[in-house]
Amino acid sequence: MKFAIVVFPGSNCDHDAYHAAKHVLGQDAVFVWHKETDLHGADVVILPGGFAHGDYLRTGAIARFSPVMGAVQSFASAGGPLIGICNGFQVLLEAGLLPGAMLRNTDMYRCQFVHVRVEQTDTPFTNLCAPGQVLKIPIAHGEGNYFADPEALEELERNRQVIFRYVSPAGEVTKEGNPNGSLRNIAGICNRARNVVGLMPHPERACESPLGSADGKIVLDSVVHSLIARV
Amino acid sequence: MTARVFVTLKPSVFDPQGHTITEALHQMGYAGVEDVRQGKYFELALPGRSAEESRALAAEVAHKLLANPVIESYRIEVTE
Repeated sequence: MKFAIVVFPGSNCDHDAYHAAKHVLGQDAVFVWHKETDLHGADVVILPGGFAHGDYLRTGAIARFSPVMGAVQSFASAGGPLIGICNGFQVLLEAGLLPGAMLRNTDMYRCQFVHVRVEQTDTPFTNLCAPGQVLKIPIAHGEGNYFADPEALEELERNRQVIFRYVSPAGEVTKEGNPNGSLRNIAGICNRARNVVGLMPHPERACESPLGSADGKIVLDSVVHSLIARV
Repeated sequence: MTARVFVTLKPSVFDPQGHTITEALHQMGYAGVEDVRQGKYFELALPGRSAEESRALAAEVAHKLLANPVIESYRIEVTE
């Protein structure tokens, strides 16, 4: 199984994603520079965290016009599993592959562990999770304050597209558990077809217990499992 | 022509930066500043185009790139 990790100028979690896919999961992994126009036959595509194009203008606003995004769009349209983590999530929002937008955090840049609850398990990136499972995963962002207008929010809920919510360690949706002001404690969502997922926390940085948590590994294990199940 | 594009968050969208600036101003004693909304300002150099064409082009790039229509709106001024 091959993971493609897209590298934009300013990506800085590309190596974390590569390490998790290649060395922790033991899968094939390749970097794909943003000027390339094909994804090397990848089975899974990751848009990693970082500061693509320095976060100039808006996070993800320039990256969405990178040449590689045409191939990423086609991959997603064909049902391929695509995940955007942190800055990658912001790129997916700007590209219109996921609904909504990111605002600045309500208070400041936050770099810490958070708890997220798995709200939906019928996506390629959560299928091994138990419904309501709480994962301890780190965040590191200044613009993760998820926003969508009331109609769009209702549509997300109606279609069960909210797949991760910030919660207390006990799994309750609380104001204290929300690190950035996101509406309805939204930490991650998927598209209508459920194959495109975006989340602000970094599962790829929490795949080995010496890093403080290995809870994130289930997200990547899930996608491997989903592809094996498909074959 | 020069097109000036002002991008601001929609009134319905909370502005965390503006809020922080407002709080700082209050701390500095400027109680009279009730609220601050932060935005972005762009100057586009558009040689060889009429005012009408300049406005149309500025609107197109504002919509496609300079502003995110989900959270922001924009205003355009065109001058010689």
